[in-house]
Amino acid sequence: MTMGMATITTGTTGMDDFLIRAGAAGVGLALLAGPLGCLVVWRRMAYFGDTLAHSALLGVALGFLAGIDLNIGVVAVCLCIAVALTLLQEQRRLASDTLLGIVSHSTLSLGLIALAAMQTVRVDLLAYLFGDILAVTPADLIAIWGGGVVVLAVLALVWRRLLALTVDEDLARVEGVPVRWIRLAFTLLIAATIALAMKIVGILLVTSLLIIPAATARRFSRSPEMMAVLAALAGAVSVLGGLAASLYADLPSGPAIVVTAACLFLVGHLLPGARRG
Amino acid sequence: MSPPPFLLQCDALTVRRGERAVLDNVSLTVRAGEIVTLIGPNGAGKTTLVKTALRLVKPDQGSVRQRPNLSIGYMPQRLAVDPTLPLTVRRFLALWSKADADTMRATLAEVGATHTFDRAIQTLSGGEAQRVLLARALLRQPDLLVLDEPVQAVDVHGQIELFELIGDIRNRRGCGVLLVSHDLHLVMARTDTVICLNRHVCCHGKPEDVSRHPEYVALFGRHAEALAIYQHSHDHAHADDGCVVPAGLEHTAHADHAASCDHDHGHGHHHHGDHRHG
Repeated sequence: MTMGMATITTGTTGMDDFLIRAGAAGVGLALLAGPLGCLVVWRRMAYFGDTLAHSALLGVALGFLAGIDLNIGVVAVCLCIAVALTLLQEQRRLASDTLLGIVSHSTLSLGLIALAAMQTVRVDLLAYLFGDILAVTPADLIAIWGGGVVVLAVLALVWRRLLALTVDEDLARVEGVPVRWIRLAFTLLIAATIALAMKIVGILLVTSLLIIPAATARRFSRSPEMMAVLAALAGAVSVLGGLAASLYADLPSGPAIVVTAACLFLVGHLLPGARRG
Repeated sequence: MSPPPFLLQCDALTVRRGERAVLDNVSLTVRAGEIVTLIGPNGAGKTTLVKTALRLVKPDQGSVRQRPNLSIGYMPQRLAVDPTLPLTVRRFLALWSKADADTMRATLAEVGATHTFDRAIQTLSGGEAQRVLLARALLRQPDLLVLDEPVQAVDVHGQIELFELIGDIRNRRGCGVLLVSHDLHLVMARTDTVICLNRHVCCHGKPEDVSRHPEYVALFGRHAEALAIYQHSHDHAHADDGCVVPAGLEHTAHADHAASCDHDHGHGHHHHGDHRHG
């Protein structure tokens, strides 16, 4: 945020300006996605994250319809979907992945239909689906860094208890961890991260930024915290690499970031002699 | 002399899953310094009873009373930590306890698992994992230890060691122990009270009394020790006369299933052949 503001006030050329904004926004997001992504991987919630991300498009449509901030619309819809999913999963009539598949694709389709039906707004649909890091505005930057600090602060607050219930939910409950509330807080953090990440990689690719850097970091980590930090770093490198590729090779930015992250993962796993903890 | 005060008292618990009662009017008391063992076949509701006693499951009827400020050390059946989570035993223990490294080492020494301190939790053997889980429970300075099938995935020699360890811990710390097992012959000698559960309480009391109780004999047969091991891996039912028969033959006359009855008992003996009597 400060970087972007500084360049604006010193009046650098517009070209540098949006590049720095894009880089700062992407790195901010990666720092956020690293630790959260680790938890998504440990808790085997990749598909859950994907489902929430897909429902985000419905949140965008809702935001337009209600005339409210789109981020708020996205977080609100993600939270509703998360709560509904939790309740549905307790019914145990359908396997969890079937349920997620149904919700994931029907919310995405509903979002697409809602956006298409809106006559008054012209929406750059591709930017929502796949992200457009080069279109990041100063306001987006403030949202990402400001929101990111809040999300990371809350995460730090519940970190130990989240780890405890990731290890064994019953054990955590017996030890007095308010499992339901901690889980809800975690879902809220994922929803917020998805809202913030939408601009950068788009809702179809959001979960990749959560999962791939975390998977890359696993091989080099000997503690949960180390993995969270390394995942944040891997994410930041992916964002900057993808941004560069997007700039110099004229690739779509969201996919370029994801492919960079995937390359990093492959390289990490081909490296010999990495520690396995 | 009045008995020591209760730590945990469950009164007339009924838990239903849909139409079916998983627990039917089950009562249970654990007092300080007492080892209470829950035995019963698979599906008898042992784990449900433990979870209800721990207030993880809400009973449809009945009440659970815990002594005020009761510190419970719970040991789950097993630990399933995703391999992607880098977690050493030391860090695992620190998730639940503010104890320093020396105290953790001392507690691991008490259960004979000091060597696991810096190992990744996913790389532990079944026995090592159980010992670490026991150490975790002990670090809570528990008044009551609740152990759900503590010897699963442990070989017979390790099982005897673990049960002896649990007895020692009770003697040393004076805590109450609620133990779940479907393995009778090992726990019997080290238990003060046995509760034989098959959705309802079949019988309860001192081990030697329970082992002579008709309902217990009906449930486990005359060769109860052997059958307890037999129960591990085979599906069976009880005939009206108490014989163990293949599922579906429950209501046949004795003559019709006598052969399979004998076979089962004999089979149990084969399994039992290598095991020492506890």
